[in-house]
Amino acid sequence: MTIDRRNFLKLGSAAALLTGCSPLLRAAGRPKPRVVVVGGGYAGAAAAKYLKLWGGNTVDVVVVEPSSQFVSCPLSNLVLGGSKTIDDLTFSYAALKKNHDLQWVRDSVVAIDPERKKLVLGRSDFGYDKLILAPGVDFIYDALPGLESDAARKQVPHAWKAGEQTVNLRRQLESMPDDGVFVMSIPKAPYRCPPGPYERACQVAFYFKQHKPKARIIVLDANPEIVSKKGLFTKAWADLYPGMIDYRPNSAVIEVDVAGQTVMTEFESIKGDVLNVIPPQRAGIPAQLVQANNIDKRWCEVDFLTYESMVVPHVHIIGDAVSAALPKSAHMATSQARVCANAVLAALTEQPIDASPVFANTCYSYVSDHMAMHVANVYRYNQAKKIMLSAEGGGVSDAPSELEADYARYWAQNIWSDVLT
Amino acid sequence: MCISGSAFAQTPQYSPHIQVLAASCAACHGTDGNSVGGTPVLAGLDSLHFIRQMKAFRSGERPATVMQRHAKGLTEDEIVGLAAFFATQPRVAGKLPPSVKLEPSHDH
Ligand SMILES: Cc1cc2nc3c(=O)[nH]c(=O)nc-3n(C[C@H](O)[C@H](O)[C@H](O)COP(=O)(O)OP(=O)(O)OC[C@H]3O[C@@H](n4cnc5c(N)ncnc54)[C@H](O)[C@@H]3O)c2cc1C
Repeated sequence: MTIDRRNFLKLGSAAALLTGCSPLLRAAGRPKPRVVVVGGGYAGAAAAKYLKLWGGNTVDVVVVEPSSQFVSCPLSNLVLGGSKTIDDLTFSYAALKKNHDLQWVRDSVVAIDPERKKLVLGRSDFGYDKLILAPGVDFIYDALPGLESDAARKQVPHAWKAGEQTVNLRRQLESMPDDGVFVMSIPKAPYRCPPGPYERACQVAFYFKQHKPKARIIVLDANPEIVSKKGLFTKAWADLYPGMIDYRPNSAVIEVDVAGQTVMTEFESIKGDVLNVIPPQRAGIPAQLVQANNIDKRWCEVDFLTYESMVVPHVHIIGDAVSAALPKSAHMATSQARVCANAVLAALTEQPIDASPVFANTCYSYVSDHMAMHVANVYRYNQAKKIMLSAEGGGVSDAPSELEADYARYWAQNIWSDVLT
Repeated sequence: MCISGSAFAQTPQYSPHIQVLAASCAACHGTDGNSVGGTPVLAGLDSLHFIRQMKAFRSGERPATVMQRHAKGLTEDEIVGLAAFFATQPRVAGKLPPSVKLEPSHDH
């Protein structure tokens, strides 16, 4: 294990832990408890900010994130549609770090020792008092023969983590023949952003309608029906893009012939000019390192009052990695982050926690460049079942509208401001 | 630096329930209700006005695209608690984070 000198100094009192693990040394070397947040996506950035906002000088907060930039998945389908560029969705972490006095380590976690409360990164290692994992999702390629190599994954992008992959898919759509076929596939739920794939079909159709009106879209859905906003998407496809989107339910992709530009389901082989396979997903790698992904070996079971793992004590998990009957959305990730931040601070200061958390979720989908629709719910902790349940009054828009596209934009601006400043 | 260093060590002004619930509004209304634009700024909003609006959303008296869903999901006590929370938040200009160009190396 090499210890990066710079990080070592930056983390200062980590020395106490590295040189000897006696509680005495620890107490002497570290007057303030240290909370480490792994992952600086929606969940991790929100957790780090609110730990400092509410905890002030009583805690040191360290964020471990390999990427130097934050690229928003929300709105990234609009890059495919052409009404946004990836740069519109790319931000620096500078304001977040500075405004909240966060210690920031640009690195990946490669090992975790939850018993000794130690983290191993690519270039350093150090200890923590509380650990919050916000690792997002990891793609499961095991059941997708044909997509083993990096080259194959470039030719058949997922574009389900915004960034280079999104730009890659957009370029492929641009260079597709005018009467070409775009084939996209959706994994079985649960996956990141339930309405996201159907919004993607709308956005690609929006681009085709203007630039390649003879092109077609085949949507292969592993699910028996549209997972979210079903009536609204069905109607939007029929009204705005008649005859363009061929939706096939119960169609899980089982193999990809990359050279032949063909995807296989149990029933058929479908050739496309551009292929977009969204693989099944599981909790991100940091959660797998401690085997916190105990549900189907995919998602992490947590206590919804604290977001502590049910199988690995003292490790908290938030965001898409969590197993819950809740949509895996950015709004949800930030809500979970704040419940967790509050519970972690309460534990450190021996204050009572919120015994009945309530939070909201609003998810907008754009059906074109200027029309959007929502699904919104309040979720309330159910004491008897020990889970978050949707409260009365939730639901979806009556129809997409321009007004809701404005609200979708305000949502994005405010959530970016909330997690990144 | 930490302007809102309302440290836990100090007496908390609000129950953790209201503090965490209020923070959930941030996705659309900004941190502590300081919206960057578009949606109403809730910070410093008169508490009676807040309560009236939420009740009007709930009854349908004030038509809305999405607020009726949130208003209906909350209890009366929560609405009163949120009103008190937002009324006492200082108004500061909500800011967008700094934009940057995507680095070519940024790939997953
Ligand atoms: C096309 C698309 C559209 C979407 N639209 C919406 C929308 O309109 N509204 C909405 O609410 N949600 C939307 N979502 C969902 C939203 O993006 C996710 O729910 C959200 O990003 C989850 O946040 P997270 O923090 O759990 O994961 P992420 O935001 O993915 O963050 C995980 C972080 O962990 C880091 N990480 C991974 N491994 C390691 C490691 N070993 N060490 C350290 N760090 C690591 C990653 O670099 C990453 O920064 C959309 C998603 C997609 C794909």
